[in-house]
Amino acid sequence: MTDRSVTQDRAPQGGATPARRFGDAGLLAGLAILLVLALMPQITAVAGGSYVLNLVMKAMILAIAAISLDLLIGYSGLVSFGHAAFLGLGSYVTGIALTEGIYGALPILGLVLLICGGFALVTGAISLRTSGVYFIMITLAFGQMLFFALSSLSSYGGDDGLTLWDTPDLFGAYVFQTGSGLFYSTLVVLALTWLAVGRIAGSRFGRVLRAGKESPLRVGVVGFDLYRFRLAAYVIAGLFAGVAGFLMACHTEFINPSTASWQNSGTLIVMVILGGMGTRNGALLGALFVVLIEEALSRYTVDWKLIFGPMLVLIALFAKGGLANLLARVGGGR
Amino acid sequence: MSSTLFLIQLLNGAQYGVLLFLIAAGLTLVFGVMGFINLAHGVQYMIGAYLTFMYFGVTGNFLTALLLGLVTALCLGLALEALVFRHLYDRDHLDQVLATFGIILFVNEAVKVIWGPGTLTLPAPEFLSASLQLTDNLLYPVYRLALIVVGVLVAAGLYLVVTRTRVGMLIRAGASNADMVSALGINIRRLFMIVFGFGAMLAGFAGALAAPVFTLEPGMGDNLLIVAFVVIIIGGIGSIRGAFIAAILVGLIDTLGRSLATDAMNLIFDASAANQIGPSIASMLIYIFMAAVLFFRPQGLFPAKGSA
Repeated sequence: MTDRSVTQDRAPQGGATPARRFGDAGLLAGLAILLVLALMPQITAVAGGSYVLNLVMKAMILAIAAISLDLLIGYSGLVSFGHAAFLGLGSYVTGIALTEGIYGALPILGLVLLICGGFALVTGAISLRTSGVYFIMITLAFGQMLFFALSSLSSYGGDDGLTLWDTPDLFGAYVFQTGSGLFYSTLVVLALTWLAVGRIAGSRFGRVLRAGKESPLRVGVVGFDLYRFRLAAYVIAGLFAGVAGFLMACHTEFINPSTASWQNSGTLIVMVILGGMGTRNGALLGALFVVLIEEALSRYTVDWKLIFGPMLVLIALFAKGGLANLLARVGGGR
Repeated sequence: MSSTLFLIQLLNGAQYGVLLFLIAAGLTLVFGVMGFINLAHGVQYMIGAYLTFMYFGVTGNFLTALLLGLVTALCLGLALEALVFRHLYDRDHLDQVLATFGIILFVNEAVKVIWGPGTLTLPAPEFLSASLQLTDNLLYPVYRLALIVVGVLVAAGLYLVVTRTRVGMLIRAGASNADMVSALGINIRRLFMIVFGFGAMLAGFAGALAAPVFTLEPGMGDNLLIVAFVVIIIGGIGSIRGAFIAAILVGLIDTLGRSLATDAMNLIFDASAANQIGPSIASMLIYIFMAAVLFFRPQGLFPAKGSA
């Protein structure tokens, strides 16, 4: 009995209990963010107009990819530098299917999941044989491989990309057509992704991943085959990002190899880090923040990267924990 | 494919490999010794090219411009080290990725602002501007041949420095166990600084040499950086010998693959499908090669670290 209380007392230092306490606050905060997002069509109708609404949609789609990436970076300690590949792959599968005459959203999504899952399984199986810096560079290389493969698809636009003239329909309903239909579909997918990754992180599966981030050796000694857990996480993250790619193709009505570029993968990582890794709302906030700050800075100057770049350097040098942490601190946490 | 064309592709491949080696050499040392992931290394390549271009405009002499460009590239590398990198050696890889990604965004944009977004060209130096009659119907620019020779010389010099000198010994020792080197009374920070500055200069050198062959544009180093990563993964992080062999292999595979893939696919598929699949396969070849190497040897071909 005494032993148990001792271990329970020690648990908070490992981060379990604060996480749960913030988890509840985080759940509410996340729901609040989603609620605000859900009201964006009404809000932008009053101020901002469709331009801002489009921006919000772009941020929401990227947030889906960023949240799925957080499952790898934040919870599993796997710094994947090729996550944009799944965005690109998802959008290309969608675009190619539409061009080839498949218009049903369900078959297209099925293809997206199948192909992105397959790509994740193969590249993940090879990448996860390595760790640390090697893993970063291998995922980077695989991302780049896909980028060049997409660029060379000359009958689907090659380097220039391809404009899509159709949108997928769900049993005859055009819920993925640009406008409010796509907005609410994206919102639903975002909410589901946010919920699912939160659930996964809290589950036994997620605890193995998080333990593996702290010490792969101990997890192995305890008897878990960490490789399999990580591979499963890698595939899950790839599937979510693939769906984000599907939504992106519907939103922009255009597919472009640069979606899969490594700069885009870098931006996704920036979103996760800025928002706060391994936190309930970090990746969501990070994605919204990055898209908004890009927009704000580019209104101020064309060369907004001159400001954004040093900002990232300063954040890497001096900031810890990201936006979600800041929110928790301001919210009277600790 | 005729043997002449094959010879040209072989030379082009070797030349590409040599350039890759010059970039990868600094990268693999910085990586091996400091465990530092420097995404901004490609930016050093671009800086080298643009600086040489700028000095060429001022002096009109390629060699002087090259020399001045190298010195400036070294100074910029050292300045970056002191301002940013030095504070990130002990940090998580993620912080390093974030900071160096920020540097890429900044420098690429700065180059765009200073020199404009368009492409620029730098003429080859006059004394190397001729073409050499290699076979009856093959003219090959002397400059490109000189590039291969210079690259091989630098590689040999670098190999001698790393294997035969005291600094080289420290670098190798640092690559296998930096803490131990530090404990033995070596100022590891200064070693880091030297390696970093030198690596930046080598990348700049590669950029300057490549400038007359390729065109200059903002972000020109980004894609090469990724290929350089592939090279050092295949070669084994921290190994100069591995980087050289892998660079030449990657250069040859990529160049020959691009010219042979469509022909090879023609054997399997009909012409239109082959034209479609060939280039795709060609651009993926080096990554497939990397995956294959890693599958059998996760530490690369010539791992520098003994047991790890």
